Amino acid sequence: MKRSSDDRSFRIGTGAFAALVLLIVLGIAFELTRQSALSITKFGLKFWTTSTWDPVSGDFGALPFIWGTLYSSILALLLATPIALGIAIFISELSPRVLRQPLAYLTELLAAIPSIVYGLWGVFVLVPLVRKLELATPAAFKKIPLFSGPPLGVGMLAAALILAVMVIPFTSSVAREILKNVPSTQREAAYALGATRWEAIKVAIGFGKSGIIGAVMLGFGRALGETMAVTMVIGNSPQVSASLFKPQYTMAAVIANEFTEAADELYLHALIEIGLLLFIITVGVNLLSRILIWSTKRRAIAPPVVTPTPIVAEEVAA
Amino acid sequence: MTANLRRRKLFSRFFEILCGLAVVIALIPLAMILFYVIKEGAGAMNFDFFTKMPKPVGESGGGMANAIVGTLILIGIAALFAVPVGGICGIHLAEYPGTKFSSVVRFAADVLNGVPSIVVGIFAYGILVLPVKRFSAIAGGVALGLLMVPIVVRTTEELIRLVPGGLREGALALGATRSRAVFGVILPAALPGILTGILVALARVAGETAPLLFTAFNNRFWSTSLTQPIASLTVQVFTYAISPYDDWHRQAWAGAFLLVMIILTLSIAARLAVRRLERMNRS
Repeated sequence: MKRSSDDRSFRIGTGAFAALVLLIVLGIAFELTRQSALSITKFGLKFWTTSTWDPVSGDFGALPFIWGTLYSSILALLLATPIALGIAIFISELSPRVLRQPLAYLTELLAAIPSIVYGLWGVFVLVPLVRKLELATPAAFKKIPLFSGPPLGVGMLAAALILAVMVIPFTSSVAREILKNVPSTQREAAYALGATRWEAIKVAIGFGKSGIIGAVMLGFGRALGETMAVTMVIGNSPQVSASLFKPQYTMAAVIANEFTEAADELYLHALIEIGLLLFIITVGVNLLSRILIWSTKRRAIAPPVVTPTPIVAEEVAA
Repeated sequence: MTANLRRRKLFSRFFEILCGLAVVIALIPLAMILFYVIKEGAGAMNFDFFTKMPKPVGESGGGMANAIVGTLILIGIAALFAVPVGGICGIHLAEYPGTKFSSVVRFAADVLNGVPSIVVGIFAYGILVLPVKRFSAIAGGVALGLLMVPIVVRTTEELIRLVPGGLREGALALGATRSRAVFGVILPAALPGILTGILVALARVAGETAPLLFTAFNNRFWSTSLTQPIASLTVQVFTYAISPYDDWHRQAWAGAFLLVMIILTLSIAARLAVRRLERMNRS
């Protein structure tokens, strides 16, 4: 059977390339672990809980970077989520049909702009604006730890703002997809019970809840790994602080800034260990978000609506 | 209308308006970024920008000729690596969508898509820079290629699935083997879409900076050697942006303008191509 053997070699041949994609992911995990071995064995768990970052004496602790990454990403999430969900709801439920495509396209354009362009805009436009805001902050507010610190412009607030803008298109496009997949019977049932438009939307959101959480987490994963724009506006000063105005540092930013300066092996391994953690966190967050999105989509498509067979007059008569 | 219903309707209206407001809020930064990139960038753009080399500090003028060529070389290497790997992987996923292996690979591609670009840069550094102890265009190109792979995989798979099923069935019914059906009938039908998808992926990675910082590094001089450090538009924009010189800032805006224009053009072209394919599928 020539044909079936042809088909088999086609399947195996293309499969080899598919396996390569799998190998790349495994290779990244392996390589990051191998290249950070020195730092992992020397510092152990202390690496994640201490704050010294001293390349000269070879003492490394990554806490400020982890803090900066998590804090900036969570702030960005708080800012971006309501806006992204608002966009998703507007486009999928409220907008006139003609506006749908253009609006979806425009919001997704935010994802197409390169990180470095965000950074450039951040440095020359956003940071001066943030500085003005900080200067205008009344002294009484400055006593609150959240608003303490010098009015530099660069710092946590600028980073969170720019991250929020960058994350919005990812969250909103997935959330829109989820809402589109919610069976229309859900909304119709709500309307039939006398719901207002917003109440019907709430029903749709309730149906796609886990998928929408997945969309938010996808945005979170993006924010965690974002490098250039954040590096350019966060101020790059390693400290654990709740202040929005103080310059801080993130995991991705320290790798970007110091990687080429890492003269000795331990320094390099410490930086790569930060990369390894970033890899683990982002893969974890993405996994969870995929599972949530996937389960919602499946639920939306899976159960076929059972329509009762209409009773025909003759049958009743018989 | 009861007071309660009136209240609920008002409430509904209020939230509807909030949602519309969210769209406006998101479009403000988009408009601002595009405005500044065009205002600052288009003014700084001139013929020299494309043809001249960077000038030393203090001398005004000069351009980014080496960085433009560098970016082209880098995305060329990326495409050479990512298009065959991602394309054939995408074909496999589209042809055998239900197998366990396919879902694992699809999942791996999704994971790769979510890995921060700087981490991919570390990987390329580990396998291509560290062993030879030298930054190189190859390492930068491969880093960009790795970022491109998942996008190519997804585009190929999706577009092959858009091809009307009748075409595949017709080819198979005429006795074609699987590979003949794919390469002779299905792929040509999906090709315009796949090609534009690849162009968009190229535009995306051309805008990447982080993975190049320690793979391709940067180069102040003219270089087209694949084994030497090479300049790129994005790293050059970064270097200029964080410098203290006004003239360099102007150049950075011009570089950003060029990047944004390339990306806008390609993404609009892709949108049109995909729409055409969908229309063809419907009729």
